[in-house]
Amino acid sequence: MFDSIPILSLITFIPLVGALILAVISKFAGETGREQLDKNAPRVALVVSGVVFLLSLLLTFDFDSAKAGFQFIEEYPWLGGGIEYRMGVDGISILFILLTAFLTPLCIIASATSVKSRMLEYMVAFLVLETLMIGVFVALDLVLFYLFFEAVLIPMFIIIGVWGGKNRVYASYKFFLYTLLGSVLMLAAILWIYSHSGQQLGSPTTDMRVLMSELKIPGGAQTWLWLAFFASFAVKMPMWPVHTWLPDAHVEAPTAGSVILAGILLKLGGYGFLRFSIPMFPNASLELAPIIFWMSIIAIIYTSLVAYRQNDIKKLIAYSSVAHMGFVTMGIFTFNTQGIQGGIYQMLSHGVISGALFFCVGVIYDRMHTREISFYGGLVKHMPVYAAFFMLFTMANVGLPGTSGFVGEILTMVGAYQVSPWIAAGAAIGMILSAMYALHLYREVIFGEQTNEKLEGIADMTRREWIVLAPLAIMTIVLGVYPALITDVTSASVENLIADFATATATGGE
Amino acid sequence: MLQTISLFAPQLLLAVTASLLLGFGVSKDKDRSIIVRYIAVGLLILFAFIGLLLGQPTGEAFKGALRVDNYSHYVNMFMGLSAAAALMFSKSYFQTEKLDRYEYSVLVLYAVLGMSIMVSANSLLSLYIGIELQSLALYVMAAFNRDSLRASEAGLKYFVLGAISSGLLLYGSSLIYGFTGSLEFDRIAQVVSEGATPGIIAGMVFLLCGLAFKISAVPFHMWTPDVYEGSPTPVTGFFSAAPKFAAMALIARLVVGPFGDIVTQWQQVIIVLAVLSMFVGAIGALAQTNVKRLMAYSSIANMGYALVPLAAGTVAGVKGMLIFMSIYVITVIGIFACILQMRIRNGMVEQISDLSGLSKSNKSLAIILSLFMFSLMGIPPLLGFFGKWFAFAPAVEANLTWLVVLALIASVIGAFYYLRLVKTMWFEQPENEFVQAPKTLRGLSAISVLLVFPLLILPFIAVRSQGIIALAAESLF
Repeated sequence: MFDSIPILSLITFIPLVGALILAVISKFAGETGREQLDKNAPRVALVVSGVVFLLSLLLTFDFDSAKAGFQFIEEYPWLGGGIEYRMGVDGISILFILLTAFLTPLCIIASATSVKSRMLEYMVAFLVLETLMIGVFVALDLVLFYLFFEAVLIPMFIIIGVWGGKNRVYASYKFFLYTLLGSVLMLAAILWIYSHSGQQLGSPTTDMRVLMSELKIPGGAQTWLWLAFFASFAVKMPMWPVHTWLPDAHVEAPTAGSVILAGILLKLGGYGFLRFSIPMFPNASLELAPIIFWMSIIAIIYTSLVAYRQNDIKKLIAYSSVAHMGFVTMGIFTFNTQGIQGGIYQMLSHGVISGALFFCVGVIYDRMHTREISFYGGLVKHMPVYAAFFMLFTMANVGLPGTSGFVGEILTMVGAYQVSPWIAAGAAIGMILSAMYALHLYREVIFGEQTNEKLEGIADMTRREWIVLAPLAIMTIVLGVYPALITDVTSASVENLIADFATATATGGE
Repeated sequence: MLQTISLFAPQLLLAVTASLLLGFGVSKDKDRSIIVRYIAVGLLILFAFIGLLLGQPTGEAFKGALRVDNYSHYVNMFMGLSAAAALMFSKSYFQTEKLDRYEYSVLVLYAVLGMSIMVSANSLLSLYIGIELQSLALYVMAAFNRDSLRASEAGLKYFVLGAISSGLLLYGSSLIYGFTGSLEFDRIAQVVSEGATPGIIAGMVFLLCGLAFKISAVPFHMWTPDVYEGSPTPVTGFFSAAPKFAAMALIARLVVGPFGDIVTQWQQVIIVLAVLSMFVGAIGALAQTNVKRLMAYSSIANMGYALVPLAAGTVAGVKGMLIFMSIYVITVIGIFACILQMRIRNGMVEQISDLSGLSKSNKSLAIILSLFMFSLMGIPPLLGFFGKWFAFAPAVEANLTWLVVLALIASVIGAFYYLRLVKTMWFEQPENEFVQAPKTLRGLSAISVLLVFPLLILPFIAVRSQGIIALAAESLF
């Protein structure tokens, strides 16, 4: 269907064009037009992101999931010297594009009422962010990938800093510098690979397809490169012990910022492991996998315990995100089908569930302007519908069968069990702990006696909030009862990844 | 002789016109500063492109004392354009400060003349003449606001420390002359290739130290923050662009020319300068509250990055240095054009806190300045990232990966203070009322807007056409 049009570039850059149009219009609007503009900006942004969502849906339907290689490939000259503009998708990346395109319109709908100042700039920042996030998943060139990966920092820094809470400056700095430090190490590694590819292949290149299949990196260097990429992805993921920026960023960011942060940005790390670390440095991955397992188990158990002790709802969910990302890294580095499938599944389902949870927090925050757990209690009396939604997402977060959270966790644990029962046992403890903190949160906020008089007049969900949460609820259940929706798309690419990994490690990388 | 004149016509044109303008300014009582400025700007733009217009002639002039090649054409182009831009944006500042005198334009012309001699230098004598001509003009420019204590202090400091660096240069030159018997680069290269004696190496180190003053590389950087702060802002803008490029270009010519055969010797010097500059620049800037001092430390750090590809000592390395410096010059000129546009009630913006809430009071300016800052940080997709990429790739190629890693870590430290400017503009409430920009500043905003476009668009189209830069780099070897 899309043979003649550059569909990936379109999906990537339509939001940017929308942002530019908004920015240019604002330049020519006078003081009176400004108010009108702030009112219409979310509508424009919604139309733009809606178009992107429809296009990415069409893309997914047109995608041939039986093929393992990259599809919809685009190649144009760019910087020269082997660095060109290359785009393409495979079974691993396509669903992340869909997830991004799915969450962004919801964020825009939710923000239209909850953002109080500089609406137009907010929408511009969000559309730019959408372009960059999709760009990360479609880039097939190492430099192009790095460009999108790193550029995400700019709009996110602005979103946290301008529209964030009380401590926003600290949080935005921490977010920016932490991630920047991680990614410059990756940049050094990319430079090394670029130079090495010139020596080994005759002409330097950053084409990921060539690098994955033809480049042979000697053992010692592989470990260093793996560590450099790991520094970047582990911070983005975030893995224990470099996760401390996440709770701060989450707490200070506006609701939609948190949703994007948890829903998409955390997935960039996991995607990076799958796309780069395993195919390009197979031996180092195999060698260092035990460290990942330990870090994952510590993350799962430790951050779950930390989450239990939080007073701030958003912080609790943020720590639970770190714990859930632990399942992802654990699954990916098992190098077997269930583990990797589970890792991908867990990332996608966590994108939906954590996004939904942050929206849920946003609903009561917009009414009461506090996220203190002790402030709330007995909400079920006044907000029964909200309580039902929150219940569903809490259960999904715990990993109750029938919700999408269950599938991801069980798959990663099955994968881990094949490697070592002990790892699976550690992760299982984490599941119990997740039930502990999630149910604790639910009980404190929704059930119990209503001790706070201020909650007397709190209203149930508005139509707008319905529109935002209903699709997420549907996705949670649909993915929970029919996992093949995802696994069918990813399986060919995952099998291919594992096969390549097996051959590479069997020969010892020589 | 005829060949000499035709090769060196652009510089001769510059010298003659500058002298004529000086006479023209002196001869009448009436203030001639405006017309002199426009003539000078026109001349500089002509100077920038004259090499291209004449078809890039190459050869040696004045019996081999100067060398005109693709390299000098390329660097001259950037120097001419950045000097023209700096001259343009001095206009409104000097007019409001009642400092506008025609001598300033003439000094800029002489400085550019000196720099173009530096870039073309092919013997130690012309190297020294070029540096001194340039430096003398710059000393006067630093103290141009002669009634201001700070400006006079800046001029004096610059002069005294500059004199020391000239001493180092001369000492190094005399050592090299003593051990090689020649001042000409070609002859020195010949002697060096037969075996470098310790005397030559010592002379080379002295030469490099003297030049390190000019690019304000650590540990010869002490004058930079004070001079940047004390000089009138447009002068600071000029200082941070063209003279830096010229001195860096001269270092490259020197190390790959006469000392091309002892890479391992000078590589160590360059690496030490680079590492120290990167970290001192990045860490020193953290505590600054004055925008001009901040830019001083930022330029120290950036000179450190620019030395990284040079340390590789390859064609690709020189090319990387040229790309990095070109991008740096574009960015710095843009930043100063932005800073100069802002006036608050009691004068120009000097403190970082003066910028607070700029995104509310002047959104487009805040966006432009933020883009320049993110570019200096080296965040893609802005031009600064590609500067770093092309600068660091040759160093990795030459097995200096550890140096690149250090440079990248320093750039993360540096990101902190660039972020502080962005934070002040976007996250804080306006404290000062910005005075509406006067009409004379229109030209300035045009400059900054024009410069922001390459920042965004060049990475996607034009970086590919490195042909001219590659030619320039190859002509050195």
